[in-house]
Amino acid sequence: MNGWLTTILIVLPVLGALLIAVLPLTSYWLGSLAALVSLIEVGFWITAAGKFDFGSSKLQFSQQASWFSDLNVSWHVGLYAFSLWIVGMTVVVMAACTIYGWWVGRDRGRAYFALMLLTTGAVVGVFTSQDLLVFYAFFEGMLIPLYVLIGVWGGPDRMRATITFVVYTVVGSLFMLASIVILGLQQGTFDLTKMGTSSSSWLFLGFFIAFAIKSPLFPFHGWLSVTYRQAPPEVAAVLSAVVGKAGLYGLLRIVIPKFPAVVHDWRQLILFLGAASLIYGSFLAFRAPDFRGVVLYSSMAQAGLIVLGLFANNALGFDGAVLQIVNHGLVSASLFLLAGMVERRTSTGEFRLLGGMARGRPALATLVLTLGIINLAVPLSTTFAGEFLILAGVFQHGWGWAVAGAVAIVLAAMYMLRAISAVLHQEVGSAVPDRATDLRVGELAILVPLVLCLLGLSAWPNLISGHASTTTQIERLAK
Amino acid sequence: MIVKPHVDWFALAPSLSLLAASGLLLMVAVFVGERSRRTVAAFVGFAGFVAAGIWAAFLAARSPHAQLLVHDAMIRDRWGAVAQVLLAGCGAIAVLIAYRERMRNEHVAEYFALLTAAGAGMVFFVQAANLMTLFLALEWFSISLYVLTAIDIDLVGSLEAGLKYLIVGAFGSATLLFGSALVYGTTGQLSFDKIAAAGQAHDSMLVVGLAMIIVGLAFKASAAPFHMWTPDAYQGAPTPVTAFMSSATKIAALIVTYRVLVTAFPHDQSLWRWAIAIIACVSLVWGNVAALVQRNVKRILAYSSVSHAGFMLIAVAAASRLGERALVYYLIPYAAMSLGAFAVVAARERELGVPVTLQNLSGFGWERPFLGVSMWVFMLGMLGFPLTGGFIGKFYVFAAAYDAGYWWLIVVGVVATMISAYYYLGIVRSMYFRDAAELQLAPAGGSPPRDAMLALGVGLAVVVTVGSFFAVQPLIDVAHAAANSLPPL
Repeated sequence: MNGWLTTILIVLPVLGALLIAVLPLTSYWLGSLAALVSLIEVGFWITAAGKFDFGSSKLQFSQQASWFSDLNVSWHVGLYAFSLWIVGMTVVVMAACTIYGWWVGRDRGRAYFALMLLTTGAVVGVFTSQDLLVFYAFFEGMLIPLYVLIGVWGGPDRMRATITFVVYTVVGSLFMLASIVILGLQQGTFDLTKMGTSSSSWLFLGFFIAFAIKSPLFPFHGWLSVTYRQAPPEVAAVLSAVVGKAGLYGLLRIVIPKFPAVVHDWRQLILFLGAASLIYGSFLAFRAPDFRGVVLYSSMAQAGLIVLGLFANNALGFDGAVLQIVNHGLVSASLFLLAGMVERRTSTGEFRLLGGMARGRPALATLVLTLGIINLAVPLSTTFAGEFLILAGVFQHGWGWAVAGAVAIVLAAMYMLRAISAVLHQEVGSAVPDRATDLRVGELAILVPLVLCLLGLSAWPNLISGHASTTTQIERLAK
Repeated sequence: MIVKPHVDWFALAPSLSLLAASGLLLMVAVFVGERSRRTVAAFVGFAGFVAAGIWAAFLAARSPHAQLLVHDAMIRDRWGAVAQVLLAGCGAIAVLIAYRERMRNEHVAEYFALLTAAGAGMVFFVQAANLMTLFLALEWFSISLYVLTAIDIDLVGSLEAGLKYLIVGAFGSATLLFGSALVYGTTGQLSFDKIAAAGQAHDSMLVVGLAMIIVGLAFKASAAPFHMWTPDAYQGAPTPVTAFMSSATKIAALIVTYRVLVTAFPHDQSLWRWAIAIIACVSLVWGNVAALVQRNVKRILAYSSVSHAGFMLIAVAAASRLGERALVYYLIPYAAMSLGAFAVVAARERELGVPVTLQNLSGFGWERPFLGVSMWVFMLGMLGFPLTGGFIGKFYVFAAAYDAGYWWLIVVGVVATMISAYYYLGIVRSMYFRDAAELQLAPAGGSPPRDAMLALGVGLAVVVTVGSFFAVQPLIDVAHAAANSLPPL
């Protein structure tokens, strides 16, 4: 049974999607089925977490079956402690977003819900696959449903958004495919747990650029703005919370363990890219004219911060990075959903048309404020714990990087407070009708669990940072 | 007294069953009444291809060792037999697609007769073991295809396409023939293995002959820069014929190209590997770049088939056991995707009655969910996305290229794939992201025509495209067996 858990986590949503594609039901019932499947998925994850042995640094719940022995490719999936947490964040966020899509009643429900579930399966696959080719299949497979989700249900400029998104990601991932082919043939196996390390800078670049685009890191963030703004809010939430993390996970799982020598040589440059994303992203977020703009550039800044933690090359940095991946996934998903809820009421996210929404809307005000200050890493919040660990880790590597990180925390406070005040306070904006309601029960039912997760982690961030055992695992993987 | 050579009828059975079907179809054209002619003709054609496929499968199973037949004119081996199975499969699906094609009832039996005749020629072609049978079989299926291209005299451009195909194709055949003459002149031998034994490396006349043979075969494989006929012929021909040409001709041409190169010209391997690698590069670049600016879907797919020829030629250039497996594997999903994509185009064409462009595909995905999703699968497959055999095919081809030391071919392939993303996804975009309301055509009204046979063909193509992603091991085993029957490298 245990061996099957990971496979179930991947296959269950895919089967759900196939079922939805063929069942003769109305959109509403298909949506409820999708919501149910995504909740069952969370249930399976809780089972997995309950059975997980955090004392061991081995791969758990793993399953392996030969796919084609010719080139030693196999279906090999399993969970490390750090992947377990990231998968947990994924299934929770995907459930929230799927249920949001159901709540707002997306048209063409059959296609919509099937695609959301396919995305879930693909992302979980990325975080659990232990074979390079399987990893690539999921990494690339993720793109297919997202492409349609943005292209069909997106905003008016969706055509440009899909083209930009696809061009960037396909360019990155195809170079990664070339690297995978060569690395796998050189090593004689595509199994990540069996292969040794490589010292080729070219192969490293193939992987690094793909992940840097996905994360996204400066200067590979060109697709970010138009894609996140044109996608439906829940899809933007998926992109930022989950899909972007696939890039960071790739750095953690493949680049760092498999290219230790190259990473060592290039460390300063990578840290510089991380710091640049952090500072530049924060400035862009401060300058953004709309709610989504703030959240999307804040995602870029956070990706930069996580990269600082990952490449600090010490236990503090690794654990902080894993914690922050989970934190930011939950926060940014909630914020994008919240942005969508504001847009539903006012039909715009632009700050100059918004304002004064706090009056008479206590639930909305509370949630915007709570999530906003969690995002700016106020002390006692779980994001504070994550950022603190990362900064402490990177400080050990070089104090200059920690200074950059600290500056960015100040910037985060500036942009988040600006966003909060532009939405909630000041004079009532011209786009805010008096009849715009407070958050409905359905919306609260989606957001409050996410916030509770965050508050729970704030009380006990050590649950992740102390139980991710990333360092030992990465050392093991690098051999 | 004339000594008759021993004839292995079993080895000839695939080809003969198709010829029999073709002959029977000519009878059908005369003796069966107009009302049932279409059904009977399609059935006979389908049965012919299925019979050929079954014979070929038996042949593959029972030919563990390569064996020359009929005075070394033909060869019975798994490399040819596996290709025959694929060819028969393509033909059977093409019959399903063609069943409801709008064409004059008086032509329908001839149409299927020519299709089976072309199939018979190809099935014979992949068994050819000397230059005479090679040329004979090439002309045999080419002439059938010229006529098929031009058969629909009511279709604007069909005749023109047929003529263009005929002229360029004849030029290609003439080049092949000239090359064969030079090779014969140098070595005094016709059969491939004897040419290999008699030829010497870097004999200049032999090399010129080799080059001309490569060019002649490249015309058939529509590899750039010998692809000029492809877009016009693909666009002008009736769509089911295009589907058959794009899949079956490609299989036949590539399988035979590889056989000729490794059996007849092993001593010039270093030369032809470079030549093929360069042709592959040109095809990849030209095919993909030219496809970017097309609006007509059949033309887009035509240029895409040029680029796929490039991918498969990478495997040929690798000239290794891995490359052979890659070639055979790649052909399977490619043939399915190509047939399926043209079938979907045919369905849309029958619905609208005008050539299918990116513009008038709008909303198609929502109106016809099954065909829409299938087209989506085919486009992703051609792009080489996971969950389709196209992905594994590309992966194998890249692996073969790296293995053979051609890492730069991987870079070219990767860049070509990036370019191709634009137009493959452009087709998906126009099917799903635009509403039919944006379409400036008056909708015909009523529900779209039901076409169970075409849907079945598309369904089979989807099953092969997706199935080949999951069932890699069995297909690679088959490819392995096929490759092992070729002479060692």
